[in-house]
Amino acid sequence: MTKAALAAFFISTSALALDRAAVQKLASDDNDEKIAAIAALVASGDPQAAEVLRQAAEGEVELDGKKVEIVVNNRVRGRIAEALSVLKLLSSEKSERLAAAKALAGGADSAMLPLILKAKEKETDAEIKALLEITAAGMQLKSEDKAVRLAAIRMLGSSNHKSLLLEAAADPDEDIRLEAQKSLGAVEARLVWGEWLGLAFAGASLGSILLLAALGLAITYGLMGVINMAHGELIMIGAYTTYVVQGWFRNTSYFDFYLLAAIPAAFLVAALVGMALERSVIRWLYGRPLETLLATWGISLVLIQAVRTVFGAQNVQVENPSFMSGGIQVLSNVVLPWNRVFILAFAVAVLIGMWALLSKTRLGLYIRGVTQNRSMAACVGVPTARVDTWAFGLGSGIAGLAGCALSQIGNVGPDLGQGYIVDSFLVVVFGGVGQLAGTVYAALVLGFANKLLESWSGAVLAKIALLVFIIIFIQRRPQGLFALKGRAVEA
Amino acid sequence: MSSPMRLAVGGFAIVAFLLVPILNLMMPPGHPLHLSAFWVTLAGKIMCYAIVALALDLVWGYAGILSLGHGLFFALGGYGMGMYLMRQIGREGQYQSELPDFMVFLDWKELPWQWWGSEHFLWALLLIVLVPGILAFVFGYFAFRSRVKGVYFSIITQALTFAAMLLFFRNATGFGGNNGFTDFKRILGFSVTAPETRMALFAITAFFLLSTFLFSRWLVSSKFGRVLAAIRDAEPRAMFCGYNTVHYKVAIFTLSAVLCGIAGALYVPQVGIINPSEMSPANSIEIAIWVAVGGRGTLAGAILGAGLVNGAKSFFTVAFPEYWLFALGAIFIAVTLFLPRGVLGVLQRR
Repeated sequence: MTKAALAAFFISTSALALDRAAVQKLASDDNDEKIAAIAALVASGDPQAAEVLRQAAEGEVELDGKKVEIVVNNRVRGRIAEALSVLKLLSSEKSERLAAAKALAGGADSAMLPLILKAKEKETDAEIKALLEITAAGMQLKSEDKAVRLAAIRMLGSSNHKSLLLEAAADPDEDIRLEAQKSLGAVEARLVWGEWLGLAFAGASLGSILLLAALGLAITYGLMGVINMAHGELIMIGAYTTYVVQGWFRNTSYFDFYLLAAIPAAFLVAALVGMALERSVIRWLYGRPLETLLATWGISLVLIQAVRTVFGAQNVQVENPSFMSGGIQVLSNVVLPWNRVFILAFAVAVLIGMWALLSKTRLGLYIRGVTQNRSMAACVGVPTARVDTWAFGLGSGIAGLAGCALSQIGNVGPDLGQGYIVDSFLVVVFGGVGQLAGTVYAALVLGFANKLLESWSGAVLAKIALLVFIIIFIQRRPQGLFALKGRAVEA
Repeated sequence: MSSPMRLAVGGFAIVAFLLVPILNLMMPPGHPLHLSAFWVTLAGKIMCYAIVALALDLVWGYAGILSLGHGLFFALGGYGMGMYLMRQIGREGQYQSELPDFMVFLDWKELPWQWWGSEHFLWALLLIVLVPGILAFVFGYFAFRSRVKGVYFSIITQALTFAAMLLFFRNATGFGGNNGFTDFKRILGFSVTAPETRMALFAITAFFLLSTFLFSRWLVSSKFGRVLAAIRDAEPRAMFCGYNTVHYKVAIFTLSAVLCGIAGALYVPQVGIINPSEMSPANSIEIAIWVAVGGRGTLAGAILGAGLVNGAKSFFTVAFPEYWLFALGAIFIAVTLFLPRGVLGVLQRR
């Protein structure tokens, strides 16, 4: 407050100390003259110039103690805004300088160039300096002097600004054109790595999501042979559990840690629902896959409608914990979002956990025994019915974990699971039924293939192409990528 | 033909070809016996569904192949008819252009190649039969040749209809994107909203349902039908007996797809809209439950099931819209757990 009041007082008495002629010109009728005046005010580097310009933008300046009205059109207003940004470059606050440099990144009037160059020389912060260098080079590109232009093009060759160079590469002057093409080549060579890295990460990220969605199915369908069309709805239940847990933490100071509670909760809730389904419905349909398919589809409809009745048909909001927002900048044009990185790691963790459970524990041994030879397992005393329930619970729980992960990157709504059911079945079938490794490879292959296709044909066509590919693939190799060898007529 | 069946067929013919037209056209509106257009359309719609159920029953109930992509063939037939109906609108659309409205909206200057010949009714009829038929033939041939069966087949047919739905959702595919086709004005020069046209469509649908039923009865009791049943019950044995099961399966799958296409073509002018959501996997799986409710492996059961489930749907979605999915889900579960032979199975046991 006091500062502003002081400034106002200061200006009203000493506006004359400024370049009087320039202030007077601001009030002229000619827009070109006004703009020249703005440039002159900026060039003076006077600290009070900012205040005068701010007043001018509002339509009035004080001159010789009396108010002078100034008509400002959009063009003049744009120039004033630029001029204010340029003046801010001289501020002592680093954040203010950075904001100003960013505001100017799109280029500015050529009259501002000297001051920007001056600010660049004085700048100590590397980030701001780099921004200013590019801005200045972009402006110098339009200069009259050919040497200046060539220098600017060389400068831009070490940046990532393709659009400016593309413009220069179409220049009528041959020297400029050649130099621009050379710089452009350098920029593209550098960007291409980033593009590939970004694509690879997007593929791995999609692969990890597909893997999470399909891992549970790899147990219930791959190992147990149960077609569970309600698998997607178990994913949805996991996501809604995350939403509910998040609600409990909402007004506490531990909000960032809600996932620690949500992950086991999502697993447990989905596992319990799955076990209840196994006990009540699926148990009676073993060995009748088509009937199982229809019954579990019915279950999925009931679950969708139940969630819709309880939570409403609209999507619910699940917020990321603060450490999962933002991303890591790996290369100049690649940012890896934290939530995707976490999900990738989470998928790997779930995979390792599942592998350990299946191969290192007694329950895993039982599950493998029962799926390989049920009657033999029963003969040696394995409680097959109970193992079925536990195995189904495990598969459902992993679906719940997938839901918890998906809630961090997408919308959570009653239809969430429907979008994943076709995909996850295809992953399991593509990888080969009864094969955990196959599921992993299939998820990654499909993830990468999808992103690769997407980059040149668009998302929908990529998806269609992939579906058609899998349909054809299954006809060629009905056993999937990794088939168990057998000699039976009926697989 | 057993006498109750003869009675049912005769009764259906009398109701569909005499009673309904009289009650709808002759009785003045407001008369207590008048049958409103709503009921005629609803009955026509359900009869289309019954044809689809019959078609699925042929492949599922008799050959043991559960296709979860029959909604695709239905929709393709519908789109074939829809294209013709769009062209019949002529210059009466919103933009008064020769082109269908959505093309004007997308700023297209001429009809894309898919629309070639769409102004001819005969070409539309050809498309209705050929597009689902050829697709089913090619898809079925490759699938059955590599012995894709059971749940695998169900899953890839589901993927097929899902892929097609995504394709038809695109504006660039040339079939109106997610809005599909609607606002039809005329069919063969007759207004689609006129009571007489509605009644004619209703009667044609009824006739077609009846002939499909009679044809299917003949088919399943022929030698061809017996081989199908043998394939359903023990495919390796049928193969070892020297039957090329691929040919039988492809034939019945293609026939079934063509029937679905025709049902779709009859459905569109009566309902007045066709869009890609008809291809959603959920729609196709619902067809399976019509058959399962009525009793798969019995033709009358398929028709009965389509009528019961869709009747219940029409009732529920008006009376308690939020409970319909509960009811449908419960039907799915109850039928598979407690009525493996469907409603007809229960009736026959008595």
